[in-house]
Amino acid sequence: MAFLSYLISGLGLGSVYAIIALGYSMVYGIAKMLNFAHGDIIMAGAYAAFFAMTAAGMPLLAAALISMVICTLLGVTIERLAYKPLRQASSLSVLITAIGVSYFLQNASQLMFGSDTKIFPSVLSGSFSLFNGRLSVSYLSVLTIVICVVIMSVLTLFINKTKTGKAMRACSEDKGAAVLMGINVDAIISITFAIGSGLAAIAAILLCATYPSVYPTLGSMPGIRAFTAAVFGGIGSIPGAFLGGLMLGIIETLAKAYISTQLSDAIVFAVLIIVLLIRPTGLLGKKVSVKV
Amino acid sequence: MLKVENLVVRYGMIEAIKNISFEVRDGEIVTLIGANGAGKTTTMQTISGLLKPASGAVYLDGTDITKIPPHKIVTMGLAQVPEGRRVFAQQTVLENLELGAYYRKDKNGIAEDMKNVFELFPRLEERKTQLAGTLSGGEQQMLAMGRALMAKPKIMLMDEPSMGLSPLLVKEIFRIIEDINQRGTTVLLVEQNAKMALAVADRAYVLETGKITLEGTGAELAASEQVRKAYLGG
Repeated sequence: MAFLSYLISGLGLGSVYAIIALGYSMVYGIAKMLNFAHGDIIMAGAYAAFFAMTAAGMPLLAAALISMVICTLLGVTIERLAYKPLRQASSLSVLITAIGVSYFLQNASQLMFGSDTKIFPSVLSGSFSLFNGRLSVSYLSVLTIVICVVIMSVLTLFINKTKTGKAMRACSEDKGAAVLMGINVDAIISITFAIGSGLAAIAAILLCATYPSVYPTLGSMPGIRAFTAAVFGGIGSIPGAFLGGLMLGIIETLAKAYISTQLSDAIVFAVLIIVLLIRPTGLLGKKVSVKV
Repeated sequence: MLKVENLVVRYGMIEAIKNISFEVRDGEIVTLIGANGAGKTTTMQTISGLLKPASGAVYLDGTDITKIPPHKIVTMGLAQVPEGRRVFAQQTVLENLELGAYYRKDKNGIAEDMKNVFELFPRLEERKTQLAGTLSGGEQQMLAMGRALMAKPKIMLMDEPSMGLSPLLVKEIFRIIEDINQRGTTVLLVEQNAKMALAVADRAYVLETGKITLEGTGAELAASEQVRKAYLGG
């Protein structure tokens, strides 16, 4: 029974990673860049929700909405100001810029909100029991898993069925050819950043509901783990981000429970290294074969 | 229809196109022939807006389009079949064709053009649910052409459509180019296969290291001593 309960909380944690990993993966798939500031957008989302709930006294859903709007605007603005001018630059310049943006956001929030940890209001506590009380499942885990599955399904439909989704896939394959179809590639990249950043806000709230402390570097570790999850599943692939996130959450939780809390990160990254040695493109990464 | 005036294009310090001028009139097939590195693809990419010229102008129906972003130029009636086909390998044939009509809103017109494309390329209809990456080279070329037609262009730019195809397929592709032209689309064709290109072209220009060195009707150039020596193998 203990195993089952770890598994469920692992799935919950993994769902949060999956939602964050989606942001990394979609941006990578379309803009071909690693947005290392993605974790800090989570931090911004957490602060936005925190102040909306405490200072403005808003209910959770309204705060979540505000947080999503702020993160979306922030993501699109960062892309416009920091990344767009580098469209023709080497990928190394873009990577360094992204790391710079990450530090900028962390320091800006420290300047604005202070470095002290703020306690996020308790939003969804409580649990229900199964098997005559032998297994206790928190509502939060269930909610997180459900939200993650819904996001994944909606996004998959969006990418495969809508015109914008098809344009996104075209941009991800060949931007030069996409432009010749009349697709505004800059607009598609903006939309991608908007979606990824909006998802980061949802992840921020789910994360703060589990670990209720808000501080300027809050997004770094979840960001790095979710990035790992995206690579693990195959970066650029939406189902890959989903699978990678869930696997990472489960491995981390089980490692903490059965092996060692201190070693859990080492174990997670060891698994990543092994997977990449066997499948360099990640679990669901595409091996592109094109006939010429 | 299309007029290129004193066009200069540079890659850094290198001048790839050195002040060229030419025009394509309504309903014509015009071809630019030249060796590898003569600047043919550079010229095409500058016309479709992917490259910005250092100086000079490109007029589409009288409007200078050198300052217009490439995705807008498509909506003005200029479509390009890029060198190397560049179909979206991970999408189906049908999705590729739909992307060709991306900017259009007229559902009926799109359906009509889809029918025309399938009439022109029956092979594409047979394979419409297949991923474009699994098509043969010739089929991919047909898809790239069909995709450009879906934009309902007034003028279609084709960059090396015969590249890498068997002689039989090359013939087929050129027959289709004539067919497309007869259905009312003006064509600007860039080719290394000078013989075939000159045979279908109303007029032709010879491009050598970024300069136009010769021009005339397709038949005139095919008969010219200079062209025969350099491009037609004697």
